[in-house]
Amino acid sequence: MTIRGRVWKYGDSVNTDVIFPGKYTYTVSDPAEMAQYAMEDLDPRFAQEVRPGDIVVGGTNFGCGSSREQAVTCLKIAGVGAIIGKSFARIYYRNCINNALPAIISPEAVDAIRDGEEVEIDLEAGEIRCPAGAFTFPPLPQVAMEMIAAGGLIPHTRKRLGLE
Amino acid sequence: MSTTFAEKVLASKAGLEQVVPGQIVEISPDTALSHDNAAPIYGIFRKIGVPRFAKPEIVAIVLDHATPAPTTKHAENHRIIREMVKEQGIQHFYDAGEGICHQVLVEKGLSLPGEVVLGSDSHSLHAGVMGAFGAGIGRSEMATVWATGALWLRVPQSMRITVSGRLPEGVTSKDLALRVIGDMGADGALYMSVEWHGEAIEALDLSSRATLPNLMAEMGAKNSYLPPDDKVFDYLDTGGRAQRSYTPLYPDPGAHYAVEVTYDASTIEPMVARPHTVDNVAPLSEVAGTHVDQAFIGTCTNGRLEDLAAAAGVLRGRKVAMGTRLIVIPASREVYLQAMAAGYLQVFVEAGGMVLSPGCGPCMGNHMGAPAVGEVAISTANRNFRGRMGTKESEVYLASPLVVAASAVAGEIVHPHELVDS
Ligand code: SF4
Repeated sequence: MTIRGRVWKYGDSVNTDVIFPGKYTYTVSDPAEMAQYAMEDLDPRFAQEVRPGDIVVGGTNFGCGSSREQAVTCLKIAGVGAIIGKSFARIYYRNCINNALPAIISPEAVDAIRDGEEVEIDLEAGEIRCPAGAFTFPPLPQVAMEMIAAGGLIPHTRKRLGLE
Repeated sequence: MSTTFAEKVLASKAGLEQVVPGQIVEISPDTALSHDNAAPIYGIFRKIGVPRFAKPEIVAIVLDHATPAPTTKHAENHRIIREMVKEQGIQHFYDAGEGICHQVLVEKGLSLPGEVVLGSDSHSLHAGVMGAFGAGIGRSEMATVWATGALWLRVPQSMRITVSGRLPEGVTSKDLALRVIGDMGADGALYMSVEWHGEAIEALDLSSRATLPNLMAEMGAKNSYLPPDDKVFDYLDTGGRAQRSYTPLYPDPGAHYAVEVTYDASTIEPMVARPHTVDNVAPLSEVAGTHVDQAFIGTCTNGRLEDLAAAAGVLRGRKVAMGTRLIVIPASREVYLQAMAAGYLQVFVEAGGMVLSPGCGPCMGNHMGAPAVGEVAISTANRNFRGRMGTKESEVYLASPLVVAASAVAGEIVHPHELVDS
């Protein structure tokens, strides 16, 4: 699986409140509307200009804060193809994989990639290709790849149980 | 190869010779814990489309977050769970009044050495006090565990905290944990398995030990482990608590740790977490004198018998200050009964405090004592995020039961050593 897109680069500790504001967690559940608020308090241009396949790049502790799953789904629905970070908050990382949004840890790539660049990620090969060069990351394990291919944890579980 | 506790337990559960940090393994937990959130999880479970739980015997459900139900909506939620429990044949069900889920798991022998406990609660690390691997998971994940009996886990890197010496008198494991969190920050152990070693840890009773893994959630840890020793085995075996036989696991000498730190317990002083983050830690002396409207002793962090004994020691023969309220909530029915027999509850009530039924109480603002706008609370809990106890316009300080009890008497933050009786 190859993901190709333009980079939206941010700093360290991008928290779930700026990715998906808490005030919407109980009021907004429509997917299209959810995508509208993605990154609202961090980058007002994001929701308007993000295109399918685009890649979010963050520093350390990406997704820290609350366990709200919407902070992953809003990016996914907005079209984000993958997130590359130096490190992820634990629950955010799990939410990414469980919602079929590849979360890739590569501090070297994060340092090398600049905002707005075109970047390609080869998930199977475990390689990030950007203008500064190619960076490898440990390929996502089988379970995570299967989950991503199935479209997330719940569809994956249904598939494994022979329900679809 | 030498392995850490997390590597060892996850390899054994995954049926693999060896695992490395970063690797994803699929494992079947020995215990899958949920609380009042079992009702929404059941909604997700039904979407998966299987009629029955794969392994009802591993499922434990403890009603604690809003018990007894404060509103009809909460009661409705509890009703759904009771029906589900019946329908799915869940044996490890503990209804309202039994206590806080993490404490109840320990008391009922469902957090066992060498086992894996996954809980749909962020403080599931608590199980590490018994030498188990305890980690928090999300709601969809718990629904998947119910449906399949298994879940994926990423093998964490490990951190080793070694504490030498002895804690000074009047200094508790709460102060030690707050000091460590203050030093390392809220993401200091992000994704890591935090192991506690050293003579200071061995010297602690089980109750004081439990505070450590419980609080490691506030440092971003995945799980936290204390090596099980005779204190653990005696508790489990003598009391006939263990639900099954177990095999304790220990890290190997020479295992690789991503981070290793050491502390000398004798240098730890009473600490307080200031509003509104747990890593906003200061020595007690820096915040002493801050007026408190409400003092709360309880929660899974510090609501056990030893905590209540310490608080009763401070409150005996004294009165809660005018203008301050004291709320005491034993962490479980067992603790409640023991505290009653020991006369502690009498002490609290005589001092002017309120003793309420076991459960989470006001810890996350559900009920039983929310602060008003502009008020200051001091609590023995593990979290003080803005709005945690209800209104965003209140401030929550976190401290040990000794300090919270003394602050209730003084009406301001103070250490018991500084209490002057009028
Ligand atoms: S006492 Fe507080 S921290 Fe512990 S389980 Fe209950 S709500 Fe969570």
